Amino acid sequence: MNDTMTPLQRVLTALGHQEADRVPFFLFLSLHGARELGMPLRQYFSRGENVAEAQLRMQSRYGHDCLNGFFYAPAEIEAWGGEVVWFEDGPPNSATPFLSDLKAIPGLKPPRVEEVPVLVEALKAISLMKERSPLLPIIGVAISPFSLPVMQMGFEAYLQLILEQPEAFWQLMRVNEEWCVSWANAQLSAGATAIAYFDPVSSSTVIQPDLYRKTGFVVACRTLPRIHGPTATHLASGRALPILDDLAATGTAGVGISVLEDLAELKRAASGKLALLGNLNGIQMRHWTTADAELEVKQAIAKAGKGGGFILADNHGEIPWQVPEETLSAIADAVQRWGRYPLDWIDEPVI
Amino acid sequence: MNNEPWQDFEEALLAMDRVRARGLLRTKRLEAAGVSFLESLVSPSLEQIGARWETGEISLAQVYMAGRIAEELIDECLPPMSPLRTDQPKMAIAVLEDYHALGKRIVLSALRASGYELTDFGHGLTAVDLAHRVKVEGVRILLISVLMLPSALRVADLRKLLGVVCDGHPPRLIVGGAPFLFDSRLWRDVGADAMGRNAAEAVSLVKEAVEEQK
Repeated sequence: MNDTMTPLQRVLTALGHQEADRVPFFLFLSLHGARELGMPLRQYFSRGENVAEAQLRMQSRYGHDCLNGFFYAPAEIEAWGGEVVWFEDGPPNSATPFLSDLKAIPGLKPPRVEEVPVLVEALKAISLMKERSPLLPIIGVAISPFSLPVMQMGFEAYLQLILEQPEAFWQLMRVNEEWCVSWANAQLSAGATAIAYFDPVSSSTVIQPDLYRKTGFVVACRTLPRIHGPTATHLASGRALPILDDLAATGTAGVGISVLEDLAELKRAASGKLALLGNLNGIQMRHWTTADAELEVKQAIAKAGKGGGFILADNHGEIPWQVPEETLSAIADAVQRWGRYPLDWIDEPVI
Repeated sequence: MNNEPWQDFEEALLAMDRVRARGLLRTKRLEAAGVSFLESLVSPSLEQIGARWETGEISLAQVYMAGRIAEELIDECLPPMSPLRTDQPKMAIAVLEDYHALGKRIVLSALRASGYELTDFGHGLTAVDLAHRVKVEGVRILLISVLMLPSALRVADLRKLLGVVCDGHPPRLIVGGAPFLFDSRLWRDVGADAMGRNAAEAVSLVKEAVEEQK
């Protein structure tokens, strides 16, 4: 059976908690683009034209329902003057944190997007994708003000800041909020359809819900309304269940969920409030057979597909470089086979 | 509630109540000589904290702070150069390739709070750098923490190098970190000897390795 909706219609229907023609699926392929064009990662991400070309080619091959405007997380750290460490076969890391002295926090000023070469290239990629394929949703990414300090100052120092230095913490949040809003809105202006608000530190895996409600939740409530487009919060494989209602109260439309939690339970808890995005295990995908991929897709759809409000994706927001193209094709084929609404097969007795 | 003392100690650590935790530790030390308080008070509380993190009941921030407080308190009664710490096979911990060091810090605290002394080789090390340091320093138990999948896969290179540079007597290799949690077969695929799902499991694995090497 052929698709009867455009990807944008399909995704909007799912976000509206209705059933589309089939379950939408996102393949968050950022690193694979370099392989698509046969070039090293650093060279690939040096030009927006590369990323736009590779995203369009990969979408055409797999038929997933979005284009990915994301380059790499430490690109935002480059904006603040931090250094990036490159690897041949994985995402770059932010190097030694640039914010080692808390006394520097009051003097921090948010960077200007137009002065950061890698972000200018990212905006160019989004513009080119929008120009060449206006009916495909383009997902931009902004690291949340609350999670960015892991790269700005290191995880350990940041936890100490949250727990022991509230004044400096809130000063940092203010400046990060300005940055996040400007970067997210720049992507929307360039043509992004929605922003993935990447906020792993808010996950209950990292901080306890009561602390989240006093910190990351407050930051999200102040930041998200200033972003001029729809957002979905991604917890990068961290747990969401204990804070689902809080996440919904931030105004976000969806949440990236973890394979650590039961998808059916998440669906019940989020029903009508938040769309779910996930939760295929990207790390295990490395060794999935075609049959494994089909089974995993089928199980996820069975647990969360009915009634809409579900977009199938990996659970981290980035499929690892090590996942072969055959597996991506197997996932895409399985969605086409098992993702057609009304998903009657779910209720059929197993013989 | 009739809590066991270790449960009170666990509660104090999770509440970041240093005063109460120190008091419980002092009481336990007065009850028996030596370091039996490690087994009766510290180990069970850290094990329970690790298990509760794995089930999602408590957060990484709580695990981190509990480990740091426990480490500080144990340092007060069991300083780094204490013979009770140093009478162990040489052990070390490192982050392979990645620049994210929180996992290593949590494991380091849990091990030091449990009475072990180990060298911190730092983060961002290549397999070659690490194998060289292991050889030079005569490390017999090596703990590796990673965050990213490519770094986890690089453990296979390290395993091979250790076999070569250590003349067929490589150290016991214990790994941990997110990729290993999300793929339970990964640690075997890369040739590690064991995988700790949390800091307390790492402590148990080190204890086993120390016993084996006695």
